[in-house]
Amino acid sequence: METFLQTLASGILIGGLYAIIGIGMTLIMGVLNIINLAHGQILMISMYITWVLWHYFGIDPYMSIFITIPTVFLIAEGISKYFLHPLIDKDSILPENQVLMTVGIGMVIMELARTIFTSDFKSISPTTTLRGEKIDIPGYLQNSIHIANISISIPLLIAFSISIFLTLGLFLFLTKTDKGRSVRATAQDKGAAALMGISTAKITILTYGIGSALDAAAGSLLLPIYYLYPDVGPIFTVKAFVITILGGLGSTVGAIFGGLILGLAETFGATYISMGYKDAVGLIIFLLVLVFFPGGLKRFTKV
Amino acid sequence: MTNNTQNGFFKLTKFEFTAIAIIMISPLLFSWSMYFQGLLIIVMLWIILGLSWNLMAGYTGQVSFGHAAFFGIGAYAAALPYFHWRISPWWGLITGPIVAVAFGYFLGKLVFKLKGPYFALGTLASGEILRIIFGEEELITNGHNGIFYMTTWTSKLPYFYIAAALAIFSILIIRKIIQSKLGFYFLSIREDQDAAEALGIDTVKYKNLSLAISAAMAGVAGAFYMIYMGFIDPEVVFALHNISIITILVGIIGGVGTIWGPAVGAIVMIFIQELFRSSLFGLGPEWLSRLHSLVFGALVVLIILYMAGGIVGDWPIIANKIKSWKNKTEGQS
Repeated sequence: METFLQTLASGILIGGLYAIIGIGMTLIMGVLNIINLAHGQILMISMYITWVLWHYFGIDPYMSIFITIPTVFLIAEGISKYFLHPLIDKDSILPENQVLMTVGIGMVIMELARTIFTSDFKSISPTTTLRGEKIDIPGYLQNSIHIANISISIPLLIAFSISIFLTLGLFLFLTKTDKGRSVRATAQDKGAAALMGISTAKITILTYGIGSALDAAAGSLLLPIYYLYPDVGPIFTVKAFVITILGGLGSTVGAIFGGLILGLAETFGATYISMGYKDAVGLIIFLLVLVFFPGGLKRFTKV
Repeated sequence: MTNNTQNGFFKLTKFEFTAIAIIMISPLLFSWSMYFQGLLIIVMLWIILGLSWNLMAGYTGQVSFGHAAFFGIGAYAAALPYFHWRISPWWGLITGPIVAVAFGYFLGKLVFKLKGPYFALGTLASGEILRIIFGEEELITNGHNGIFYMTTWTSKLPYFYIAAALAIFSILIIRKIIQSKLGFYFLSIREDQDAAEALGIDTVKYKNLSLAISAAMAGVAGAFYMIYMGFIDPEVVFALHNISIITILVGIIGGVGTIWGPAVGAIVMIFIQELFRSSLFGLGPEWLSRLHSLVFGALVVLIILYMAGGIVGDWPIIANKIKSWKNKTEGQS
């Protein structure tokens, strides 16, 4: 029973973090109508920024969110504006041209990281030196709290809380602001949105930025609990599209539940089946949903 | 290249004849270097894989992101009988495609219900699932330890000629298919699946057929990889990036939906990667060798942006540009 509760707790916590990765992907999916196969690599950019900020400047990983979000937002705007958007009017044999472009961009990002940081594994080191001065990592990053016999790691808890906070912020943005409403309108019907006077081109580019910014937040939150190397991107790209399909394409509420389900499936798979099958569990659920339950959770949530 | 619509299977145009002649002579030109001969063999492998992907994606419009699944299954079809019963991996050239087609049949049942991005994701997931399963089931597949086999010959030449024969045979098969009625069925599915169905084409049947041929070719490539390299493990043959994605990029660079596209793509990819890996063949500074994949990735991005048809597909445009550029420079001088 303890194992069960322990697994449940960590599943939900990691699921919350997965949820914001998934929401970013699903936003992009809804508005741009493409699978962003560079999603994990964009998350990796944020992880590397966070790592550099800690390693060379001694900035707390959670504080670096304030730097990674705007930086990645700008990078993603650039990608979207100069690489993805021009493809809309281009004639090509395969309609998946933009998806293939994200593959190419993902590869470039990954290889850039490999060139700059080499293929070494990196993680938040317990201490770093800044101008000859030793800085210890904030204590809470290494501790965990115990409720009954369940231990909950504090970094995971913080990640979960910030994820919820960001999700709420996104919902406020999408429902209460003009820009947010335009994003939703564009996702629903591009043509109609354009007729209502929304500049769909601008909204499309903006959405890619917002989706990537959420991704960036997830990257900063992930670094204290994960390790970092240039090939980390594809792992999270796969997770992101599993969540997106589970939740239903373009459904933000669905993506939250999709993230939680994936987190739970992974942790339960790791505990009760085998550690090695952890990643397969998500993929198998994904294939089953795709084939037998198309539309995913969107069928229930309707948003 | 364009007026060969009625060619027989072995009747070659001048261009094709020269290309095949160059392929046949090429390893002899590099007889002083095992390294270059090895590269040529890898090029042939990528040509087969690229062709296989191109038939499904370029001609039938079903963009597969999981070609590593067929490649890996072919490789394991060659390796597993050897591992368990010491049966020569060479039989894999026959069993590989058969097993890959059988797997493709079941995969097709699942993924052909899906369209567009869903299809891409479905195939991608299938490759990844196989990678994890083959890595975990150690009793059957020896897991991450992989399977090792002493290769038959130390010389690269016999391998090269077998690989070249397979590659040329694949090109001829694809050409034959594309010029036949079957090819037009495939194209009609790519252009508009619903319209094809309305015209009485059994799209499910022809998509499965396309998948079967494609899977068989990838299976052969996988089996040959096992025979040539003498070592496989799931992370290598089911690799998402190094096999599935690179296969797609080879197809895109060369030209989606062209017969010679994958061949050109494979040559360009290997050339660029090796050029940079060896720091411009030892002439440039050492740090260039770290850029090999980066340059290739950047090339892919540029090709998608500016040459959507790939090198072969947009060749008329490129040739025109070169011509006008030549005229300009001649006019100036």
